[in-house]
Amino acid sequence: MSQKVLLNATEVHIALQRLACQLIENHNSFTNTVLIGIQPRGIFLAERLKSILEKDYKLKNIQLGYLDITFYRDDFRRGDKTLEANTTNINFIVEDKKIVFIDDVLYTGRSIRSALTAIQSFGRPLEIELLTLIDRRFSRHLPIQPDYRGRQVDAIGGEKVKVCWEEKDGEDAVYLVNE
Amino acid sequence: MSELSVNHLLGIKYITEADIQLIFETADHFKEVINRSIKKVPSLRDITIANLFFENSTRTRLSFELAEKRLSADVINFSAASSSVKKGETLIDTVNNILSMKVDMVVMRHPNPGAGVFLAKHVNASIVNAGDGVHEHPTQALLDCYSIREKLGDVAGKKVVIVGDILHSRVALSNIFALQKLGAEVKVCGPKTLLPKYIENIGVKTEGSLRSALEWCDVANMLRVQNERMDISYFPTTREYTQQFGVSKALLDSLDKEIVVMHPGPINRGVEITSDVADSKQAIILDQVQNGVAVRMAVLYLLASKIKHNED
Repeated sequence: MSQKVLLNATEVHIALQRLACQLIENHNSFTNTVLIGIQPRGIFLAERLKSILEKDYKLKNIQLGYLDITFYRDDFRRGDKTLEANTTNINFIVEDKKIVFIDDVLYTGRSIRSALTAIQSFGRPLEIELLTLIDRRFSRHLPIQPDYRGRQVDAIGGEKVKVCWEEKDGEDAVYLVNE
Repeated sequence: MSELSVNHLLGIKYITEADIQLIFETADHFKEVINRSIKKVPSLRDITIANLFFENSTRTRLSFELAEKRLSADVINFSAASSSVKKGETLIDTVNNILSMKVDMVVMRHPNPGAGVFLAKHVNASIVNAGDGVHEHPTQALLDCYSIREKLGDVAGKKVVIVGDILHSRVALSNIFALQKLGAEVKVCGPKTLLPKYIENIGVKTEGSLRSALEWCDVANMLRVQNERMDISYFPTTREYTQQFGVSKALLDSLDKEIVVMHPGPINRGVEITSDVADSKQAIILDQVQNGVAVRMAVLYLLASKIKHNED
């Protein structure tokens, strides 16, 4: 197994700052916008962005929820393992709100397809956008593209993109892992 | 990732503590799902479940059916009263006929102990025991323990007394197994005639006095006197039973702590518990019913995930 650094800690921080600024450009003061982190790995990125928006740009009352998509996935019973659920925590109304889905890596697009179905259980949003730190180009199974991307990556089938977060993995970095 | 160690839920006896914890953690997520405005997830949309009830049931049957529908499974219902069982068909024949219609899972209640185990050996489907005679009722025990965990934070270390007709109760046996696996201490309390002879051999203490039992416990699980299973008289009169083993508000108030009162239903109001207890804040009877749906969703989801797609 070999791995190559795609983004180091500084590059991750620059990307996060840029993504936060792009969000502000489109959503101003976030009065009618909510952020939804996709479980399990999207929540770290979502928390970081929320923290940047609040601390660096003094935006107040950014609403952030966690959405678990396990029960909406299309590969139930297709793999060897039981799909393990995570916590969903959306304690605000999404009806007529602008939603930004936040996930670390966009690969086949199937997770986001599941998230689009899952969010309907909470109401009818006005619109939904997608923000990902890494966009794996040329690997989509579905017609889904991000509205905001940190970095576009060309990775082939056997390669894996690993996003590490300091609070979870001890460092901020993105690796391309060859298994 | 963990998965269940079994392909069927035939009894608490056959599953491990890790299985129970996995069911509880999964049920937590389903409890959140059933409190949304849209209470349905598509996980089991390609699974068909047959509910076979060879014995009467209201709550369990509705709870299973709701759990199945909230998971988007296709459901067929069968009750012995209106079926060919009356015409002399055997259990295996009945079930195989139903399975030939491409059914993946069977939820069965049957008056004979061991019916689920027997079926699991002979047919090719995932079996969930919804009560087999006086043997086990695993999903009831799971939802009871889940409700204790929700109310008191944990089951381990808690003292639970099961009061009433232990002899005829599948709920009692499953509860004893589940509580012990989760590290709780269990006592049973009731008329000597309604306590099984060898109950102490499975590590359960008996207690003749209801007051002492209540003073000892954190949770009292009140069982119904199952008149329909009694072919002889086990106690002189219902009035005498109530005087010795019925829980009233006055009795609860006279204890120096607040205990949790549970009942698997249906309640005989005024026999094992009075109405003011059943409707009090100490009673978590309706929480048990709500948790029943979430716990059954978890059981069905985890068992269904072991039915591989390419085996269809």
